[in-house]
Amino acid sequence: MLSIRIRFFAGHRDIVGQAELSLEVQDEATIGMVWEDLCVHYPRLAGYSGRILFAVNQQFATATTLLADGDEVAFIPPVSGGRS
Amino acid sequence: MQPFYVTNSPLDPAPLVAYVQTPADGAVVTFAGVARNNFEGRATAHLSYEAYPEMAATVFAQLADEARLRWPIGRVAIHHRTGMLAIGESAVLVVVAAPHRQAAFEAAAYIMDRIKAVAPIWKKEHWADGEAAWRE
Repeated sequence: MLSIRIRFFAGHRDIVGQAELSLEVQDEATIGMVWEDLCVHYPRLAGYSGRILFAVNQQFATATTLLADGDEVAFIPPVSGGRS
Repeated sequence: MQPFYVTNSPLDPAPLVAYVQTPADGAVVTFAGVARNNFEGRATAHLSYEAYPEMAATVFAQLADEARLRWPIGRVAIHHRTGMLAIGESAVLVVVAAPHRQAAFEAAAYIMDRIKAVAPIWKKEHWADGEAAWRE
């Protein structure tokens, strides 16, 4: 098992009710798998699927990025929109 | 002066302009994104911004590098405010120096568009009627 730390921001933090979560995930877990699990526990997160960016250790990642023990994971909700 | 920075304090363009300008530059473009009093006509009382601070400054540096691949520009500085902002306060400053103005204008516009697209910073509208919502 891998220990990871998840950071939540903006609308995601409001849904989850906390800014951080420590989680044990299986070896070979990807960040996309962690997101899917979170959407099961917090169904309101599912509406963001396909509209979020992934980050591991403060670098952009993709859904298929493999996680390592101690990683800091973030799901970046849609960023402040508005017009240019 | 840190060229890429997220802060709770009010933004001041002067140190950014001083930082980016070198004797080889004929143009310095300063863009300020400012808290506006309405969104599509609905009155805004104030705005608040939240950042993933450890990541945002790194992303700003990456966006400056992206712009540098596309235009012949010199130094770039990007500062973003977090916390509560009153109407009229600057939320973001993008300052670009270049030998010639066209590159500086275009690079500043590009960087601002990219900040909106990918920088891990979120805006909450606090409406005059008391409601609030993340802009997403």
